[in-house]
Amino acid sequence: MTIQKTTIVGQSFPRVESNAKVTGAAQYVDDMQFGANLLYGKLKRSTVAHGWIKRIDTSKAKALPGVRVVVTGQDYPGLTGLYLSDRPTFAVDRVRFIGEPVAGVAADTPELAEQACELIEIEYEDLPGVFDPEFGASAEAPLLHPDLMDYACAPFIFRQPGTNISNHFKVRKGDMDAGWAEADQIFEHTYYVPHVQHVPLETHAAVAQVDGNGKITLWSASQSPFAQRNLIAKSLGISHSRLRVITPYIGGGFGAKAGVSMEGACVIMALQAKGRPVKLVMSRAEEFYTTFVRQGLTAKIKMGMTADGRITAMQNTYYWDAGAYTEYGVNITRAAGYSSTGPYFVPNVHADSLCVYTNHPIGGAMRGFGMPEIHWAIEQHIDRMAERMGLDPVQVRLLNCLKEGQETVTGMIMHPTGLSQCISKAAEAIGWDKPSKPSGPGKRRGKGIAAMWKAPAMPPNPGSSSTIRFNEDGTCLVNIGGVDMGQGALTIAAQLAAEGLGVPISDVRVNTVDTDYSPYEWQTVASRLTWSMGNAILRAAGEAKQQIIEMVAEVWGENPQDLDIIEGNVVSYATEESVPLKNIVVYGMQKPDGTWAGGPVVGKGRFMPTYVTPLDAETGQGPRAVVHFTTGAQAVEVEIDEETGEVQVINLVSAYDVGKAINPDMVRTQMEGGAVQGMSTALLESIILRNGKPMNPSFTDYRIATAIDAPVSMENIIVEVPQDDGPYGARGIGEHAMVPTAPAIANAVRAAVGVAIDSMPITSEKVWAGMRNDKQ
Amino acid sequence: MKHDITLTVNGEPYHITVQSHHTLLHVLRDQLVLTGTKNGCSEGECGACTVLLDGEPVNSCLVLGVEANGRAITTVEGLADNGRLAPIQQTLVELGGTQCGFCTPGVLLSAHALLQRNPNPTEYEIRAGLVGNLCRCTGYVRIVDAVREAARLQQASATS
Repeated sequence: MTIQKTTIVGQSFPRVESNAKVTGAAQYVDDMQFGANLLYGKLKRSTVAHGWIKRIDTSKAKALPGVRVVVTGQDYPGLTGLYLSDRPTFAVDRVRFIGEPVAGVAADTPELAEQACELIEIEYEDLPGVFDPEFGASAEAPLLHPDLMDYACAPFIFRQPGTNISNHFKVRKGDMDAGWAEADQIFEHTYYVPHVQHVPLETHAAVAQVDGNGKITLWSASQSPFAQRNLIAKSLGISHSRLRVITPYIGGGFGAKAGVSMEGACVIMALQAKGRPVKLVMSRAEEFYTTFVRQGLTAKIKMGMTADGRITAMQNTYYWDAGAYTEYGVNITRAAGYSSTGPYFVPNVHADSLCVYTNHPIGGAMRGFGMPEIHWAIEQHIDRMAERMGLDPVQVRLLNCLKEGQETVTGMIMHPTGLSQCISKAAEAIGWDKPSKPSGPGKRRGKGIAAMWKAPAMPPNPGSSSTIRFNEDGTCLVNIGGVDMGQGALTIAAQLAAEGLGVPISDVRVNTVDTDYSPYEWQTVASRLTWSMGNAILRAAGEAKQQIIEMVAEVWGENPQDLDIIEGNVVSYATEESVPLKNIVVYGMQKPDGTWAGGPVVGKGRFMPTYVTPLDAETGQGPRAVVHFTTGAQAVEVEIDEETGEVQVINLVSAYDVGKAINPDMVRTQMEGGAVQGMSTALLESIILRNGKPMNPSFTDYRIATAIDAPVSMENIIVEVPQDDGPYGARGIGEHAMVPTAPAIANAVRAAVGVAIDSMPITSEKVWAGMRNDKQ
Repeated sequence: MKHDITLTVNGEPYHITVQSHHTLLHVLRDQLVLTGTKNGCSEGECGACTVLLDGEPVNSCLVLGVEANGRAITTVEGLADNGRLAPIQQTLVELGGTQCGFCTPGVLLSAHALLQRNPNPTEYEIRAGLVGNLCRCTGYVRIVDAVREAARLQQASATS
């Protein structure tokens, strides 16, 4: 691709919405004012992990003065789901996890809504549960979804009839016998990842209202306003044009606010509320286990390696603890399958990625979409093999990591990638070859590294679109359907539009989403906005620019090829004439003969990948599994307290190939934030589930990293190997930033004190116990 | 039960009636419609609802509205002076210390209070001063940088 000269792309502008965020002016859903008519919603939730609903009695709740709406699953029995329609909005007949909504109430005050929920009587008959995915996949396990094969399902999801397996992604590649025969060492081991939660600081929040024409408006803290409109409209059997979703600023998402979770319940209550708006906001406890969680994983890795460090074969089995409903989780299983080797060239692969129903909270998208989980296993396994063979972990990674032109695990040819550079640069920055010096007696230090890859996980054809309209004064409005959840989408949109149009960024406003007025965007997930929506914005800018230039060329009697727009002025390279955009972009321009040219400028652009191919159900092979992979590596240095086992991250280096950094400083802030989220999950986080009951759904008992826990120092390295179909070569970085962090820390802990941690998180207790066992 | 109280919020006096069980957070957000202050957990663990009560940072979800009687409160809406951002607001913008922005109001008030009582904090003192404010987006790096820079700006303007 040709190198394009840019003036705005590649510059680190501050966020366009920062001032609103530091002054308290930025409005989130719960900040919006709906007047005294507002009703407060509350959900009555299942207290059993698996059981029949024998009886629901809502009469006492309905009789409480001030209670306006009481609904149950009998009122709206439809199923919903992004890839697999397996989830009722309110349970019907059967409950499958603790916290599942069984009824909903809306009342004049939050206190009344709470009281009404307590007055609803539900009688359950307990059923045996499934609390382990490996057991769940076995023939002995009770069936949680006997109707699995009747659910609506995406064509690339492979259900297994008569089992709890809602997707089985298989890879059968090469010759396994030959691969094992060629190996000098074969090592097999099992790793575990617990459920964790995204912990956006803003919990899920929604308000829904039905107007006199039957039009429903949903104000939603969502990463997916269009997907919410689609899924909720379909589950209610209403026209898409009857539902409008408005998403203002949202307080973090990390995947938790992708798809639909509690918003459908809010809409259903509003349908009964006689025109009054109904607000539903999750408590922190509800956020921890009733919306979405990250799935648990049991990963069995078997790897063959030659004496010089070449990987000859991998046999991996991933048992995903996907929870009670796997409408979203089935695609995590798929992503883990087509990425199952990690970012390495492996000629012989046998992989099974199994999405298993359990009586646990619903697994959904979380930053990394399966990649932090499988890399926890793969990246530790590589180090443990390297150690057995007496090889250097950095060299083993450099030898095996995917290079341009090599086949990935699904047979796709790898595009140009800076993976080797990322590994080398991260190793160099951490001082890989230099010894670590502890800060004092009783402390030990070690370094670790991990590499990663991740593709946007999505259907083959997720679309983006954008429109650009001009104002009289020459400023413009960029409309997008993507959501800024903190990652900086509004700023990137403004920079791309400004660059594409040739106007200063200060002349560009980007609107938040209203599905009645914003152009379509599939979802804000998969680290896909900069790449996909960015392309749509550039095309919209290109069309607007063309309208302007053709008008001016006509009036000036010039060749459009000689005109350009620079800093908000149309200029001619031929005649050196110049005219500001002000006025002409709305009123047009008067020609020398007194007639007019042009009109209000409206640019529109769209983008959708058209080249992704299906994969074979039995082998997982196909020409183009995904659009592309973002690759990278992290290296860390840790210090461990011998007395307590406490792990402190001293230095953390991130290096990622982002194709092109549209805003380098915002790329670095993604790397930093992702690394600390990764570190937090690595060292601190786990939803403790006992027979399906979440034991720690509060910040007191589920700790996330604070300012004191964050690494002492961090370094971020941007590598730019352009993406052929990315805007200015860009590809995504949002999720990737936390993918290799946990295994890099685990590898550093092993290097420091020789303690191998199979099961996340790496708590002080585990490290301390490991060191004690060594001494005995 | 209801109580008539008088309080000052961001320099403005208010005479209002509050219910016994309503928190200061509720009073600010739902009665005075000062929605800059956020609710992240309702149990004093996340710090998103931090405001200054007579100059001291508190979790407003753990203070009853009636306890604010006769006292002065500063919220995020009161940090800027006639549209001019306070140094910590300015540095948070410039150094990229806000992403989703939901923890930002609480962070700003904790940082503001820290700089009031300790105009020249060390790296550790900054981190310790922010330990009650959870942030899931930034990894705290830019927030700490912004506090350090705000301290420098304040010192510079004090000596000039």
